[in-house]
Amino acid sequence: MQTRTRGSLIPYSLWIAVFVVAPIVLVIYYSLLDLNGNFTLDNYKNFFSSSYLTMTLTSFWYAFLITLFTLLFAYPTAYLLTKTKHKQLWLILIIVPSWINLLLKTYAFIGIFGLYGPINAFLEVFGFEPTQILFTDFSFIFVAVYIFIPFMILPIFNALDKMDRSLVYAARDLGASSWTTFRRVIFPLTIDGVKSGIQVTFIPALSLFMITRLIAGNKVITLGTAIEQQFLVAQNWGMGSTIAVFLILIMVISMLFTGNRTRGGRVR
Amino acid sequence: MSRLSNTARIYLAIVFVILYAPILYLIFYSFNSGGTMNSFESFTWEHYAAVFEDTRLIVILINTVLVALLSALIATVIGTFGAIGIVSIKNKKLRGTLLSLNNVLIVSPDVVIGASFLILFTLIGVKLGFTSVLISHVAFSVPIVVLMVLPKLLEMNSSLIDAAHDLGASKRDVLTRVVLPYIQPGIFAGFFLALTYSLDDFAVTFFVTGNGFSTLSVEIYSMARAGISLTVNAISGLVFVATILIVVGYYFILRRSAKHTEVEVRA
Repeated sequence: MQTRTRGSLIPYSLWIAVFVVAPIVLVIYYSLLDLNGNFTLDNYKNFFSSSYLTMTLTSFWYAFLITLFTLLFAYPTAYLLTKTKHKQLWLILIIVPSWINLLLKTYAFIGIFGLYGPINAFLEVFGFEPTQILFTDFSFIFVAVYIFIPFMILPIFNALDKMDRSLVYAARDLGASSWTTFRRVIFPLTIDGVKSGIQVTFIPALSLFMITRLIAGNKVITLGTAIEQQFLVAQNWGMGSTIAVFLILIMVISMLFTGNRTRGGRVR
Repeated sequence: MSRLSNTARIYLAIVFVILYAPILYLIFYSFNSGGTMNSFESFTWEHYAAVFEDTRLIVILINTVLVALLSALIATVIGTFGAIGIVSIKNKKLRGTLLSLNNVLIVSPDVVIGASFLILFTLIGVKLGFTSVLISHVAFSVPIVVLMVLPKLLEMNSSLIDAAHDLGASKRDVLTRVVLPYIQPGIFAGFFLALTYSLDDFAVTFFVTGNGFSTLSVEIYSMARAGISLTVNAISGLVFVATILIVVGYYFILRRSAKHTEVEVRA
């Protein structure tokens, strides 16, 4: 058994070496090269210049807002779902939209938020002038929250579902108000679910580039947009790699923070 | 089970409406004979007909499905044997390191995966196109399969294997007749997740696809950048039906294997 199972590790270890270790090493290596392939630290100097720092901070700010709103809407939803009859069925119904191709869902909002779209038609009934909702911060954050919400609900639902209900009853019997029960019992017991939800939202939100292009109309530049720009438009792989190194660092920090308990989906 | 208050019901209803509205909106206008997503003129199948008459789109659809099935299959094989290998490692530190490395591609932003794979393929001279897309999809699907199979392996009672050995089973028999049947639900879950990841991937494919090869996501992106085209709506109608079929099929298979092994179904 030993020798055979060790043998089964060979393709897997090769996969790790070629597609996990090598890409990271290559990205770090390229971040040290200039456009002509000479070693330089200029990319890092550039990165810490004001324009890139502003972009990084804005990117963080948007990712923070997206994660916050996703959590604010996802937690009550997950909580109420655990209280429904047939909760597994309702959960599946929440998850199904997340399996529809991401691009299609984003495309839908181009129509919905458009100048002559249903939202503007609805506002017009109340006497508002049609306004361009597309290409605003609001539309960008709304669509991102829409995309991420099922991925936040899932881990929180699982955490709430595993929680021992009698602890809640005990808190109520001992005189805690429902808010205190939530703050001191329910939320601390489900914090792991919240953490993995934040992890599957925050980092992808930092690196979004498709939604920024289609919905925010290039007005919002995230770290992801910048990488795509450097690699595919400017062909400056060195600078693109430098930003990627930065994203990898954030990822490592978040892995340490959440203690490697990653389960759940990735969002493209 | 406490009954939900009316406010709670309304809240849940609103969440469901918001989640489904954009999808239904797309499908609704896929039957619109007018060219826009704003005013419905009359019912038509012409946009669906346009999808099936466009040979380029059909080729892209076939490519997308082919890449998804092939990559999920290959990733399932590598991942399953990887998980079996990881479980056999007794050294805790080594096992922990492997598991951390396994999770790297799951938490990595896809833009970083795409960019680093682009560097990798360019350096080792893989031509960008079908091969590079397929390899990337295998690469990011492997860790998901490992994560799905691993819990099943860990919960398996090792005396089952000892018993099989004592009763004279060869190593091969132990694997094919004891271990693999036991972890089968995990393998299926891994395969289906890999399938959906591949079908849904945009960013990684976008980086490594090069010219001349395209998957559905990348094609929709370029069509959406050009503006509204009801052909995309027709594609969403088709994708929606296909997704529902996959979901139903997935739960049917999970149910069946759950009945056989009597293990809990993970949602």
